[in-house]
Amino acid sequence: MNPAPPRRWWLDPLLWTGLLFLALTFGMSRLQPLFHTLFPEQERPMYLQATFPSLVLAHVLIVGLSSLIAVVVGGGAGLLVTRDSGRDFRSLLETVVAIGQTFPPVAVLAVAVPLIGFGTTPAVIALALYGLLPVVQSTIAGLESVPQPVLQAARGLGLSRWQILWQVELPLALPVLLAGIRTSVIINIGTAAIASTVGTQTLGSPIIVGLSGFNTAYIIEGALLVGLLAVVTDLAFERLMIHSQQWRLATMPRNRPITSASPASAQSR
Amino acid sequence: MIEFERVCKRFGDFVAVDDLSLRLADGEFTVLIGQSGSGKSTTLKMINRLVPHDSGRILFAGKEINGFREEDLRRRMGYAIQSIGLFPHWTVARNIATVPALLKWPKARITSRVEELLQLLGLDPAGFAHRYPHQLSGGQQQRVGVARALAADPEVLLMDEPFGALDPVTRSALQAEIARIHQVSGKAIVLVTHDIDEALLLADRIVMLDQGRVVQDGTPRQILLEPASDSVTRFVGRSEVGLKLLGLDQVHSRMRAPISASAEGISRSATLREALSALIASHAEQLPVLDEHGQTVGSIHVADLLDVTR
Repeated sequence: MNPAPPRRWWLDPLLWTGLLFLALTFGMSRLQPLFHTLFPEQERPMYLQATFPSLVLAHVLIVGLSSLIAVVVGGGAGLLVTRDSGRDFRSLLETVVAIGQTFPPVAVLAVAVPLIGFGTTPAVIALALYGLLPVVQSTIAGLESVPQPVLQAARGLGLSRWQILWQVELPLALPVLLAGIRTSVIINIGTAAIASTVGTQTLGSPIIVGLSGFNTAYIIEGALLVGLLAVVTDLAFERLMIHSQQWRLATMPRNRPITSASPASAQSR
Repeated sequence: MIEFERVCKRFGDFVAVDDLSLRLADGEFTVLIGQSGSGKSTTLKMINRLVPHDSGRILFAGKEINGFREEDLRRRMGYAIQSIGLFPHWTVARNIATVPALLKWPKARITSRVEELLQLLGLDPAGFAHRYPHQLSGGQQQRVGVARALAADPEVLLMDEPFGALDPVTRSALQAEIARIHQVSGKAIVLVTHDIDEALLLADRIVMLDQGRVVQDGTPRQILLEPASDSVTRFVGRSEVGLKLLGLDQVHSRMRAPISASAEGISRSATLREALSALIASHAEQLPVLDEHGQTVGSIHVADLLDVTR
């Protein structure tokens, strides 16, 4: 099966926003004259305490790590409460995770610092907690969307529990699951910027420094990259979700001759 | 092949199956029939352990079914349910290959088996193998479901109301298909239905259940001629017993010598019920009987239709 979009690649928004993001990441310092013109009152309108590529890398690592934890923990918990043995814990889990979501991330960070100290660890913990809810909810919703007759057929044909989970339930739940992970990751990309208040290097660092030092140029530099990172990630998830349900997009081969299409696909199998 | 010995199943206080003893023979087409809640579907699901039985013994191939590994037992039995049971994210070919793949057949053997089954069920392999279930009509989906159940050449085929969701035309086409498959393969088939006409058409043997008990166990003719109780008669439909009896035999069983009538003929493989209908429609006492090539081979007379009870 071929991936969908060989449309016209030069119209692909993911390509252009991705290129723009990379160009700004590696070329921000070359825009120094521009920022000088825009903010003539600033002596140093270019954030230089860390390079932008290193800030982007740190930001991506923190978001990636915390999202990974959220997916493993949230997905695992969602999976457990949809099994027969864990069904009783479902409402408890949903309540706990929903309460976690109601704390503002800054508050979670503020509580985490005296307990764990400054640095990357409290930031990752806060972000992971914050990203749990969408993952848990989408795991449950995705697994429950698998039609009962399909599960019954799978059991009746002799698939084991693991085979049903890997071959039937997860592939069918994947689009919904990915939607939850997408929400979680996008929230965390924004929230990770705030994490630099507890001493972590992220794309939020120029924003925070800019806010406290009245340096609008810093704020714009950081915010541009955070925003673009979120947009690029969102577009990438959209692509992934389309890819995860290719089979849904197959249409009735009504008007085109069946035989001309089949030899090629038969060979690719 | 499959044997029930004093089997009981309860769901809470509800007794679904009550002291059931039953022996299903090799190669036999058994239809379990009854109203909703009669225990027919539970009985079927106990055979492949989708529903565990509470007491008694169920034997498959001479061995208590709880002695098998659950998956092994099910892979030796074909299982078909209503069309929505196909895996929507797999192609037709992958769906049919489910059990052969579980049994780790070599790829080439799976491919040729899939092709063979698609042909057996009247689906063109080139056109259908790579479609997804949602690209098929209801009848085509059900054909794939039957092909999937037959894929690994199971020792018995279990079918749970397989044609329930189909329109009447598609349903009768598939009924004819499954009757043909039974004849060709000689496999034991156990089918659950609430449709008495489907049961009379397909079954070698009908087991009628009511409130978890067998109320009658016999051939279609016995069910019609010697109903064990009033409830059987009611289920069959008291006013239609005669017509249903006519439906069990084919025209060639009552054929006389050819006549020279101008009336339109009837096929020798049509049922006597269809013959009566044709006689009434053409205001005739007798009609010519035709073979598959349209040649007149005999005649059918209305008087011969009256002795079906004998």
